[in-house]
Amino acid sequence: MRILVWLTEGTWPACVDAAADLAPPGADITLLHVTDPGVAESLHGAFLGRLGRGGHGTDPGDTVEAAVRAAERTLLDAAVARLGRPAHTAATSGRAERLVVEACEAADLLILARDGDHSRPGPGSLGPATRFVVDHAPCRVLLLWPDAATSPRLLPPAG
Amino acid sequence: MVIAVALLVGVLGFAVAAPARLPEVLVAGPAAALAVLLGLVSPGAAWAEIVALAPTVGFLAAVLVLAHLADTAGVFRYAGALAARLGGGTPQRLLGVVFLIAALVTAVLSLDATVVLLTPVVFATTAAVGVRARPHVYACTHLANSASLLLPVSNLTNLLAFAATGLTFAGFAGLMALPWLAVIGTEYLVFRRFFAADLGTPAQPVPVPAAPAPRYALAVLALTLAGFAVAEPLGVHPAWTAAGGAVLLALPELRRAPRRLGRILAETNPAFCGFVLALGVVVLAVRRHGLGALLDGLVPGHGDLLGLLSVAALAAVLANLVNNLPATLVLVPAVAHSPGLVLAVLIGVNVGPNLTYVGSLATLLWRRILHAHDARPTATEFLRLGALTVPACLASGVVALWLGLRLWGV
Repeated sequence: MRILVWLTEGTWPACVDAAADLAPPGADITLLHVTDPGVAESLHGAFLGRLGRGGHGTDPGDTVEAAVRAAERTLLDAAVARLGRPAHTAATSGRAERLVVEACEAADLLILARDGDHSRPGPGSLGPATRFVVDHAPCRVLLLWPDAATSPRLLPPAG
Repeated sequence: MVIAVALLVGVLGFAVAAPARLPEVLVAGPAAALAVLLGLVSPGAAWAEIVALAPTVGFLAAVLVLAHLADTAGVFRYAGALAARLGGGTPQRLLGVVFLIAALVTAVLSLDATVVLLTPVVFATTAAVGVRARPHVYACTHLANSASLLLPVSNLTNLLAFAATGLTFAGFAGLMALPWLAVIGTEYLVFRRFFAADLGTPAQPVPVPAAPAPRYALAVLALTLAGFAVAEPLGVHPAWTAAGGAVLLALPELRRAPRRLGRILAETNPAFCGFVLALGVVVLAVRRHGLGALLDGLVPGHGDLLGLLSVAALAAVLANLVNNLPATLVLVPAVAHSPGLVLAVLIGVNVGPNLTYVGSLATLLWRRILHAHDARPTATEFLRLGALTVPACLASGVVALWLGLRLWGV
C-alpha cells in the first residue's frame, strides 16, 4: 500500500500520527511538503521594485528563500522522527493543491488535514487548497481534524 | 517635449531593467547633464532643483543609516522575538502583532527597513512558531507601502512632497495619522478574510527564547523621533536630527569596531542619493516642456472630497504606470497650491504600488519577460490581494484625510 501524507505548517502532526496509527506494516509511506514560491518572489519583487536603489544590499528574497528551504527541512525531519518508521520524504515548490493531486496518482491513500477554521465543523473548516485536493484526488482520501481541541462536533440544526 | 520625455523614459527604463544590478545613477546622471546641455533646463534651474532636493536626500541618507544601525544593534531581532512571544499562541494574534510592528517600523525607519530588514525576521518568526508564513510576509510587503503615510521619513515620496505641503513635521504627522490608521485597518480586515484558512489553522505551541531588548538603540530611536517634532520649530531641519540619531547609534558600534565606519557610510547609498537628484532634474525638464501644463489641466483645483479622491486615484494610476518616485516628482508641483491635495497625492503614490508586488506595472511586465524562460512563478495571489486592498485603502485613506483636514481646519 502506497500512502502519501501531505504535511503543512500547523497541521502536520495530526497527519503523521494518523499514518503511524493506520498504515499497515510494510506500507510505503511518503511524506510530502510543498513550499509556496510566492513568499520569496513577493520579496524579490519588493526589493527590486524600489526604484533607484540599484539592488543595494542583500536581497531579502534570497534570505527568505534559503530560510524557506531550511524550515522545510526541519519540518520533514521532525515528521520522520515523529512517524518512527521508515518513510520517503518529498519536498517541492509551486501550487500546492495541484502538486498534491499530481502526486496522488502514484498513491493508494492520501492523508491530509483540514486547513481552515478548526474550531467548529462546517464548510469553513476546509480552505481553498484542501478543498481542491479533496475534490480532485484520484485516490482514497483520509481527511483529518488537525487537533483534538475542536469544539463538540454538533450537527447544524435540521431545517 | 519629445527629447525630455525620451530622457525620462531612458532613465526609468534603465532603472526598471537595471542590468546586473548596476546603479541607476549611471544613466540618470548623464541624462540630467544632457537635459542641461540641450537647454531643456537652464543650469540655474537645474541647480535650484538640486539645492531644493539636497536636504531631502540628506535626510534619506541619514534614515538609511539609522535603519542599518538599528539592525546591527538587534532592534529587528528583538522585534521578531517580541512578535513570537506576544503572538505565538495563534496565527491571528501573530498577524495582529506583525501588523503593529510593520506599521511602526515603516513609519519610523521607512519602507526600505521593512522590506529589507524586518520581513526576513518575520519569516523566521513564523517558521519558529510553526505557522504559515504567507499572511505575515505579505503583510510586511504590503504595509511597507501602505503604512508609509504617517511621517515625512516613512517614504521617499513623502520627503519629496514634504516641503510642498508647507506643514511642519508634527503637522504632517497629525494630518496623516487618520489616513494611516484607516489604511492599516482596511488592510487588516482584508487580510483576515483573504487568509482566513491560513490563519484558522492551529499553531504548535513552541517555547520561544526571550531576546534582551536593545535598550540603547530603542532609546535613541525614540529620542530621534521626538527630536523631529521638537527641533523643527526651532529651525533645525529634520535631516540634522536624523543624522544626530545615526551618530548616537554609530558611536558604540564604532567603539567596538572602528573599521566599520566605511561600511556604515556605504549605507547612505550615495548612488541612490545621486539618482534622486538626477531624476529631479530630468523630471523638471519634462514638466517644463508640456507635461506640467497637461497635468495642471488634469488635477482638480480644490481639496474637496471629490478632488482628493480623484487626485489620489490619478497618483495611484501614475505610480503603477511608471513608479512612485517619478509620479511624485511630476504631480506634487501641480498640486502644491493645496496641502490637502499634496497629501492625497501621497496616499495615491504610497498605497498604489501594492497593486503589483514590484512597484509598477512596467517592472512587473519586465520581470515576466525576463523570467519567461525559467518559469519563475509570479506571486499571482499577491496580485489578487493587491486588487482587493488598493481601491479599498485609497478610498478609506482619502475619506479619513478629508475628515482630518476638516477637523484641523486646513
